[in-house]
Amino acid sequence: MSQAIALRIQGTIQGVGFRPFVWQLAMRYGLKGDVCNDGLGVLVRLYPEPDMAAFVDDLHTQAPPLAQLSHVDWSRFRWNDPPAEFIIRPSQMAAMSTAIAADAATCPECLAELFNPSNHRYHYPLTTCTHCGPRFSVIEAMPYDRERTTLVDFPLCPRCANEYRAPHDRRFHGESTACPECGPKLHWWTETERIIAHPSDPDAPLDAAVTALKRGKIIALKGLGGFHLVCDASNQQAVMKLRQRKARVSKPLAVMVADQSGLTQLLEPTQITNAHYWLSSSAAPIVLADKACVCALASAVAPNLDEIGVIYPSNPLQHLLARALRRPLVLTSANRSGEAPPLDDEQAWQDLSHLADGLLGHNRRIVSRMDDSLLRLDGGQGLMMRRSRGFVPQAESLVEALGQSPCVLALGGDLKNTFGLLSHGQVTLSSHFGDLAVHSIEQQWQQAIEHYLQVYQCQPQHIVIDAHPGYASHRFGQRLAARWQVPVQRVFHHHAHVVAAMVEAKLSAAQSVVGICLDGLGMGEQGRLWGGECLVANYAHFEHIGGLPAVALPGGDQAATQPWRNLLAQWHSFVPDWSAHWPQALTDCPADALSRAIASGLNSPLASSTGRLFDAVAAYLGIHALQLDYEGQAAIILEQLARRAIDVRAQVSMPVYRAKNGKLQLDLAAFWRQWLVLDGSPAQRAWVFHDALAAGFAQMAKQIARERSIDTVVVCGGVMNNRLLRERFKFYLSDVNVVMAERFPSGDGALALGQAAVAAARLGAL
Amino acid sequence: MSNDVITFAHGSGGRAMQQLIQDTLVRHFDNPFLRRGEDQARLPLTQLASQGSQLAMTTDSFVIDPIIFAGGDIGKLAVCGTANDLAVGGARPEYLTCSLILEEGLPLATLDTIIASMAATAQQAKIEIVTGDTKVVGHGCADKIFINTTGIGVISPEVHWGMDQIAADDAIIVTGNLGDHGAAILNERENLGLGDQLVSDCALLWPLVEPLLSIRGIHTLRDATRGGVNAILHEFATASGLGMQINEHALPVNDAVRGMCELLGLDPLNLANEGKLVIITSAQSAAAVLNALQAHPLGKDARQIGTVNSQSGVQICGAYGVTRHLDLPYFEPLPRIC
Ligand SMILES: [Fe+3]
Ligand SMILES: [Mg+2]
Ligand SMILES: [Zn+2]
Ligand SMILES: [Zn+2]
Repeated sequence: MSQAIALRIQGTIQGVGFRPFVWQLAMRYGLKGDVCNDGLGVLVRLYPEPDMAAFVDDLHTQAPPLAQLSHVDWSRFRWNDPPAEFIIRPSQMAAMSTAIAADAATCPECLAELFNPSNHRYHYPLTTCTHCGPRFSVIEAMPYDRERTTLVDFPLCPRCANEYRAPHDRRFHGESTACPECGPKLHWWTETERIIAHPSDPDAPLDAAVTALKRGKIIALKGLGGFHLVCDASNQQAVMKLRQRKARVSKPLAVMVADQSGLTQLLEPTQITNAHYWLSSSAAPIVLADKACVCALASAVAPNLDEIGVIYPSNPLQHLLARALRRPLVLTSANRSGEAPPLDDEQAWQDLSHLADGLLGHNRRIVSRMDDSLLRLDGGQGLMMRRSRGFVPQAESLVEALGQSPCVLALGGDLKNTFGLLSHGQVTLSSHFGDLAVHSIEQQWQQAIEHYLQVYQCQPQHIVIDAHPGYASHRFGQRLAARWQVPVQRVFHHHAHVVAAMVEAKLSAAQSVVGICLDGLGMGEQGRLWGGECLVANYAHFEHIGGLPAVALPGGDQAATQPWRNLLAQWHSFVPDWSAHWPQALTDCPADALSRAIASGLNSPLASSTGRLFDAVAAYLGIHALQLDYEGQAAIILEQLARRAIDVRAQVSMPVYRAKNGKLQLDLAAFWRQWLVLDGSPAQRAWVFHDALAAGFAQMAKQIARERSIDTVVVCGGVMNNRLLRERFKFYLSDVNVVMAERFPSGDGALALGQAAVAAARLGAL
Repeated sequence: MSNDVITFAHGSGGRAMQQLIQDTLVRHFDNPFLRRGEDQARLPLTQLASQGSQLAMTTDSFVIDPIIFAGGDIGKLAVCGTANDLAVGGARPEYLTCSLILEEGLPLATLDTIIASMAATAQQAKIEIVTGDTKVVGHGCADKIFINTTGIGVISPEVHWGMDQIAADDAIIVTGNLGDHGAAILNERENLGLGDQLVSDCALLWPLVEPLLSIRGIHTLRDATRGGVNAILHEFATASGLGMQINEHALPVNDAVRGMCELLGLDPLNLANEGKLVIITSAQSAAAVLNALQAHPLGKDARQIGTVNSQSGVQICGAYGVTRHLDLPYFEPLPRIC
């Protein structure tokens, strides 16, 4: 019997080489005992007792790159029959409260091996180790062990098995490890041939794909969590062909370069260091950064845009391609426009053979879809626009006071959907799904919900849905609630937006904030359509203070694709002699007929949408007034135009006033009156609009903050991806505490995070 | 008479009412049943029995603004609507009733036009309007004229159409352009000025249905009135537990309606028709059904718009093959885009 130490460690510590690290640490300290994974995390038992302060400190500071420790607790106990050495015991099943690691980009060691001709994994496109490779995307159940991943199809060869069992090895318990001998095999498919990697010519599929790309072909390429379409980004014809096949008129495409040297020809020199920082992180997201003046890309990659999305290879196969081609490659998700992406090679080839000339894939199955994550560079910050591969399923802790609620499933919104699972005070947001009105996406989403629940071994006691009754997620949530006989909570769209930002900022449960929420549209109280709102909110409740005045959405959803409609709607409300100002370029628009429809309320519901106000201003300035090619296009170009403005002196205001219904509103009539007679270039007018909007909302927020003795203003909603607007808000709110989303999307991609926290707060208050 | 309007006297039961009935209703509808002047129409059973094995009966009330519109009027609508509800059950429409609720102040000339239109429509289909009723309500208590018609028809023994027969892989057929009636009404009512190409399709469908009686494999049919084709498809989906998948590019829509829908953000699938059938038929019979339909002027634009599948709800397959759920609008389409 010995006096021993029991150490309980929680966090992202499974499948990241944590146990071997503990083994090595124990060796260094000359300790005996054991370590094992269980559902609660990692349990370490040590004897004799070391200097625990030093040991715990080393645990934190020397942990492997992908590990994240959230809790470390230890206690003494008497060990009846301790082992004579330090051993790693097999995983124990138990209740699940340990974080699953996100998929990680190829680590430097694996990369070196990949290009070292004398290494036995030279050019092996599926090499991984405990520091890198697929994780959540290949996990079928927990705890994380090879037999519960899709690698179960590939029994280890003796050599891999030795590495797997050697505690000093980087592949010790590397559950996704593989080698050319025992691992998944690369294949290249075209209409006419199917080549599989063979020991005699392992590079044959890769070589065929490289040749195709050099010839300007489009290939489908299997990645960690789905397929991409790839072509030569410097070949205008290839890019045009890709656009045509994907029916993607002008929405920008991301570009993959091998490494930092590839950035010099693409990005503004001042952006390169910051961009490289994010690009080379283990999440390896797409980074949206300012384009170099003379850019080495075909113009069709990101037409008329000052920014470009760049990405580094995030898996060995992409590294092999990038090095073989030594030129930027277009990398875009491989799905038919708007449809759910296929996850399996046969399905992919069936779906994509009219889009791609060949498919470079392999027989390692994908379980969970993971789109590329997307960050927008804003100075040194990376603003999360789409949070998926590399970040999912990292959990976000709620502040403790909210933490005691039972398991909650939050279903998010219908567009840019992610859903969230709250358990043990932590919210795990799913990867990005997109528009749930699309049948195939809704199906994939429903399967994913089932999968997450099974992996996290969680039976939700509550379901949260957005208040919009037309959302597929709303109706699905109600069906689930009926099936499971659990309560369902509706959370208002803009409350969820505000609370998502509060969660990220770790605001206390007792705190109230003024929330400015600017987006396209969401359902508000009494069925109103909101999108430019000022709330006073805490986690559980909110009060609607006001915001933009509501104007017609002429033609409903049509208004979101044709900016001129919003100009008409704005002017119909605020510019009495509008026809005298109607832009020459828009004379062909059926403005008279549509204004009669607005007047009689014919499919012209009222909405206080900031997104549509941007469209109206853009339409006046001739920016894609007639038809948008992709969501948010007019607003993106308007911001870009404004950022080019120099020497703006003019000022225009959106004064705050109290409307008849008691709400505070911004006076858009006053805005248009001033703005229309403004003397300035289009760029200056665009800038002045941004400035006036931020100034008006900031004034409203500060007025309410003063009245209610609130010191924090949250600014959120999809519109807040706009860098200029963020900057103007920070300027006008410099005297209060400003909270904006950064690690989570400002837009609907983080709704589920807010929904889960609202539910936790309400349930905690019961 | 042209300056005369409906007054309470016309509903009093007195001489003014008698005169209205005689001069307007009996005169236009003229037939032996009405001429007898009894409180009820007396229908000969033997003649009905010789035509089929079941009686079909249906009723409908008609309220519409405007009461006279491009392609028809409320009178024509009141005959077609009820007759078509009989026809889609395979019943030859035989007899109709006609109940009028008239607003004080309705010009007699307008009433006369409407009744004449009812009579002409009925006559064209050899339907007799055999009994009726007239009430007058105060100004503002009704909008000009409301008409209720109840109809009786006879179903021939070989017809057993019904939603219970819908099966996976069946073809979904429509008999012509979608949304003509709804578009025409909207254009006039809201004074949109979208041109004279927007004309209601209000028509009697029996001539189109009759040739279908002998085709085996027809499972069910409906006239796609209020709620449009979409509402019918949802009824089919709910009743059968199957999915209705339609192809956006296969939907017949005329240019004027398409233009109006684009402008107003409406979907022709949700707009009312008053002369269009939705037919569910076995895949093998689809060609025969289309041939029969296209042989008639009312069915010249008939086409298959989709297929029944084993999923559920209504799905629409749009450009690039993206399939979306097609909801039933709650009231008006709620915008969803964020
Ligand atoms: Fe939103
Ligand atoms: Mg009817
Ligand atoms: Zn590695
Ligand atoms: Zn091996």
